[in-house]
Amino acid sequence: MSDAALTDRIAGPAGEAAHRGLLSWVASVDHKQIGIMYLLSGLVFFLIGGLEAMLIRVQLAIPNNHFLSPDMFDQLFTMHGTTMIFLVVMPVLTGLTIYVMPLMIGARDVAFPRLNAMSFWIQLFGGILLYFSFLAGGAPNDGWFSYAPLSEPAFSFNNGLSYWALGLACVGIGTLAGSINMIVTIVTLRVKSLTIRRLPLFVWMTLVNSFLMLMALPIINATFVTLLIDRLLNAHIFAPAFGGSALLWQHYFWSFGHPEVYIMILPAFAIISEVIPVFSGKPIYGYEFVAASTVAIALLSFTVWAHHMFAVGMGHVFDLFFGFMSMTIAVPTGIKIFNWSATLYHGRIRLTTSMLFGIAFIVMFTIGGLSGVSFAVVPVDWQLTDTYYLVAHIHYVLFGGSIFAILAGIYYWFPKMSGRLLDEHLGKWHFWLTFIGFNLTFFLQHLLGMMGMRRRVFTYPNLPGWMILNLISTIGAFVLLASVLVFLWNIIVSRRHGQVAGDNPWDGWTLEWATSSPPPPENFALVPPVGGRRPLWDMKHPDRRDEAVAAAGAR
Amino acid sequence: MSRAKLGIILFVISETTFFGLLVTSYIYFHGDPGGGPTAANSLNALRTGLFSILLFSSSGTMVMAARSYRKGRLKGALGWLCITIVLGGGFLVGQALEYADLFAKGVVINRNLFATTFFTLTGFHGLHVLIGLIALAILTGLLAGGKVGAGARDSDAFEAVGIYWHFVDAVWVLIFSVVYLWAVL
Repeated sequence: MSDAALTDRIAGPAGEAAHRGLLSWVASVDHKQIGIMYLLSGLVFFLIGGLEAMLIRVQLAIPNNHFLSPDMFDQLFTMHGTTMIFLVVMPVLTGLTIYVMPLMIGARDVAFPRLNAMSFWIQLFGGILLYFSFLAGGAPNDGWFSYAPLSEPAFSFNNGLSYWALGLACVGIGTLAGSINMIVTIVTLRVKSLTIRRLPLFVWMTLVNSFLMLMALPIINATFVTLLIDRLLNAHIFAPAFGGSALLWQHYFWSFGHPEVYIMILPAFAIISEVIPVFSGKPIYGYEFVAASTVAIALLSFTVWAHHMFAVGMGHVFDLFFGFMSMTIAVPTGIKIFNWSATLYHGRIRLTTSMLFGIAFIVMFTIGGLSGVSFAVVPVDWQLTDTYYLVAHIHYVLFGGSIFAILAGIYYWFPKMSGRLLDEHLGKWHFWLTFIGFNLTFFLQHLLGMMGMRRRVFTYPNLPGWMILNLISTIGAFVLLASVLVFLWNIIVSRRHGQVAGDNPWDGWTLEWATSSPPPPENFALVPPVGGRRPLWDMKHPDRRDEAVAAAGAR
Repeated sequence: MSRAKLGIILFVISETTFFGLLVTSYIYFHGDPGGGPTAANSLNALRTGLFSILLFSSSGTMVMAARSYRKGRLKGALGWLCITIVLGGGFLVGQALEYADLFAKGVVINRNLFATTFFTLTGFHGLHVLIGLIALAILTGLLAGGKVGAGARDSDAFEAVGIYWHFVDAVWVLIFSVVYLWAVL
């Protein structure tokens, strides 16, 4: 029955001294518990970052508002961006991956369970360090990319930026260790028959994304220590007044920052590539193209960073190069959109909450992708950079993209984690409130941007049309707030009283559905045989097995 | 490939990127460090070159340690490891002397852009040598205490530390060329 290559030792509560209560979590090295802790810490930071967003939207609801001081406004949008990117989207995606990926490849745990625990705790304490800045004189206030020389001591009124660099360096180290762990796990701990061409696309994309993190995170870690040396040891690398270079910061930051965009979206693609096929009742259309285009995205993502810097005035040649590359990277991304759409076509679609978020992801991400491509046209970028058009774009890719995919993934895997289904009725409420609230908040910001409304300014004059658009946007934010409350209520209720899920509530095909929900500490007693890309389908329908996929290199 | 070996190779890849950025900063400001000390007028390439030989040869002794270990001569491996640690420690002493000299001349990290990028780059390298020495010391202690035998998993640990140590050495080849040789030539 099984040809499993399970590891020789079982990490976690079963293998080590069994702790009880809170200590069983704090002292855990089990990938499932660590994954859930990632998700919970991400949820807490999501609520904090959401609160910051609500304060921002209340301030912007009407023109000439003085609800917040300019300084507080700067701190809030900086912390909102930093929190959502580094303490919500990245850890939550990591949490889902750390929970699901070892199950998908039939492993008992990740390759380095203790390193896994360190990754989680150091990123959590990095986040706490960042928020400690509020108590230590004030939070960072230069935006999530903290352009030099504003980040230099001469222009800082508090120590927020030092906490920012130090806290995010901790997050960076944790993420880096996590990426090493994931690559080694996928390469060495798969069941033998799960060859590279049979890997679930979720695992494929995790592998590619981990390499992306491995190459991108050290760039920003080195940049953070350089900034810290400037700030704490009084050096001047990023200070033009003393011969340093502010432009160097921009190049360093964005040569990390653009791969970072893909670090936040590739795992989202990974989730969608599982959810869409399962709820369409069809294998994914063009498996090889999805996998190969992921590799293409990862490579190209290192060649597009300066499209964030067109306004700097780098010169015609540079502008052309980075504009062209940015349009090129839209091609492999577009291929994926077609793959998912073709999977839906003629499928037997089940509109579960997870699927609704999945389909909405495709539409929302396409809108965000199109506005992204418009920024690759240099004159358009000059006109629209640093306006609310950009704010709308980033939220369509990071909220309409990453967060929608995360929610699809949470509805999909919550039964595996808890043993109970999230309530579908509340789930539908959650979805529609999120969908309507999100579009209400951000769609009109495209128009505001084109009308010339600048981002990161604490208030605005009462120009024609501005007030009504901003007011609608703020109302949308309150609808989003309501959707989050429904979501929280759903989790609390379903965790206790939800419908019992069983091993495989969705008729999924990948190995995580072959074990109990929640899985035992050792994950599997026996791993089912893998002969193709959908092992559980093959088991259930021996007469209609998928075409066998040869082992790698056999063709 | 074993978990430990693959893990350390991936770590080394990420560290290469880290040092790549620090080297870039050094080169970027090499032409115009803003007056004051430069590599050409404040570094002693000859003396640092002599101390560098200690580090370079420690890679050789690490290879010898691994060879003895593979052949099951644990005592020999122990001896070569100790020599490796002494050579690595000697390199750090050289770096400390160099820093002390520079400090005495008023070349400190915030003096100018050469000083900042120089101390950042060589300082982080020194930190990596120190971490390597700690790893080597742990390995030596385990070997001396009989905690590391000739099994497959133990040999993974040996190889992983070796890969890291060679990496620290290789980075110094780059740094020595860019910082010291460039200044002399």
